[in-house]
Amino acid sequence: MRGTYAVFRKELADHFGSYRFAILFALITMVSLIMVYMAGTGIREAFQGTVKPRFVFLMLFTSTGALFSLVQFVGFFGPLIGLVLGFDAINRERATGTLSKLVSQPIYRDSIINGKFLAGVATIFIMLCSIALLISALGIVVLGVVPGVEEVLRVIFYLLVSVFYISFWLGLAILFSLLFRSTATSALAVLALWIFFSFFVSLGATVLANAISPVEKERAALEDVMDNLRIQRAVSLASPMTLYSDSVAVIVDPLRKTVKPLLLVGPMEKLSSERFRNPLPLIQSLLVVFPYITVLVAITLICFGASYAVFMLQEVRSL
Amino acid sequence: MDGNNVIIETQGLTKRYGSIVAVEDLSLVVPSGHIFGFLGPNGAGKTTTILMLLGLTRPTRGRAVVCGFDPTREAIRVKRMVGYLPEHLGFYDDLTARENLKYVARLNGIRDEEAAEKLDKALDTVGLTEDSNRRVGTFSRGMRQRLGIAEILIKEPRLVILDEPTLGLDPEASNRMIDLIQKLSKEKGMTVLFSSHFLPQVQRISDRIGIMIRGRMVAEGSIDDLAKEKLGVGKEKYSLEELYMRYFQEE
Repeated sequence: MRGTYAVFRKELADHFGSYRFAILFALITMVSLIMVYMAGTGIREAFQGTVKPRFVFLMLFTSTGALFSLVQFVGFFGPLIGLVLGFDAINRERATGTLSKLVSQPIYRDSIINGKFLAGVATIFIMLCSIALLISALGIVVLGVVPGVEEVLRVIFYLLVSVFYISFWLGLAILFSLLFRSTATSALAVLALWIFFSFFVSLGATVLANAISPVEKERAALEDVMDNLRIQRAVSLASPMTLYSDSVAVIVDPLRKTVKPLLLVGPMEKLSSERFRNPLPLIQSLLVVFPYITVLVAITLICFGASYAVFMLQEVRSL
Repeated sequence: MDGNNVIIETQGLTKRYGSIVAVEDLSLVVPSGHIFGFLGPNGAGKTTTILMLLGLTRPTRGRAVVCGFDPTREAIRVKRMVGYLPEHLGFYDDLTARENLKYVARLNGIRDEEAAEKLDKALDTVGLTEDSNRRVGTFSRGMRQRLGIAEILIKEPRLVILDEPTLGLDPEASNRMIDLIQKLSKEKGMTVLFSSHFLPQVQRISDRIGIMIRGRMVAEGSIDDLAKEKLGVGKEKYSLEELYMRYFQEE
């Protein structure tokens, strides 16, 4: 524990003192503030002179004021935070020769990797929380509405899921920093993986779905459309980004009751769901996306576990 | 085994990497308080031996006892009592000398209040007090090596293992390093094991030497004894270089 704490302190100080962190933080804060401001003014205009809906504060996160909403923005560019914090965690120390010094100190070898991972997670946590507080403050000013208890709780859950999501990318980056000797290679490799999961998986999902279950343009059978969408969805769920954006979409939007893009409902169900457009309670929203969150946490742990195993088994000669 | 008088003891220590034998059947005893010079050509297995003594590499066969503990099983205890200066010494270049030392102190579980005093002392011993608040990135190689010694000093180890401490240093820095090593032994009572290619320096300060060639220890003992046995001469009449070359040619 002592070793982990020592490494943790050093790494945390390193993160906060580094230029790359300052640049990243400034950039993300700036973009978030701009997006929330635009979303806020949009919402204010839309509800001018009418009674504001119940969860108007959460709309700051979900409404697309600029190109995309804040939730989408974190889904796309959040991974970059994890990657930038972790891609050279181990191989830089190996290159400068500090790793052989670390392993010859009286600490367990896993303290090094635990400390580094925890410091990364703490950095992500602090970063996201401060940004959330900043944009909440701005949101209160722009909207003139104070968030209710449930809204605050939803934002907190949103933050927690986001921390796990970005930690997944951090774990992945640390794993790559173990596998590749050069920091440039590991940076490029994780970036490639990020681009693949963020852009190409959804593209590939469409292609694959159309190949397996093509939908005719003119007279599409309902079953074909459903099959097509089902395949598309199954494939795109392979991307952590889909897992994340689907789960947070439900968490920050109480009116969303499912993660499915299309539902087959009978006429009576349709009628009842339209008549009673009530928001879901928080616990129900969480239940809807619980499997997604579980998987997200699981892949984060798998990523970290893999780096842990690789690090523990590596011959010190090669350190 | 008496843990107080013998610091390092190995029996049949062997390390193989696949079919390549790095260290073969090494049996070595280093008594407490001695300076042990570890000689041998590049790739002879000196660094591998050192890594096994520190518990950083698992021996294929045989066992070692360092400071009374088995480094493979109780690596943490051994590392607590052994200071190690690797051949390719690394520091965090963005941090100052003092910050680097502070990190090592924390890793060794030394509380910050205690550490400050130890840091000052260590920096003073190696002559880096004035440069202690400079970034290590600006240090010369000699200064970095001395900072490495300072790092060892704050641990207050019983055994110090130095892998090529004078490699790449100019004569002045190199002599300074050798004096420092002697100081560790004489003033702090630490046992020192160091590997080097600078034979006159090894001859000057070592109590005992070991010569390792192709993974095997071909000679071990005090320089005088080895010289008498091999060259048949007394002190002052020979150089360690002659002795070393004799062993080397015989192999």
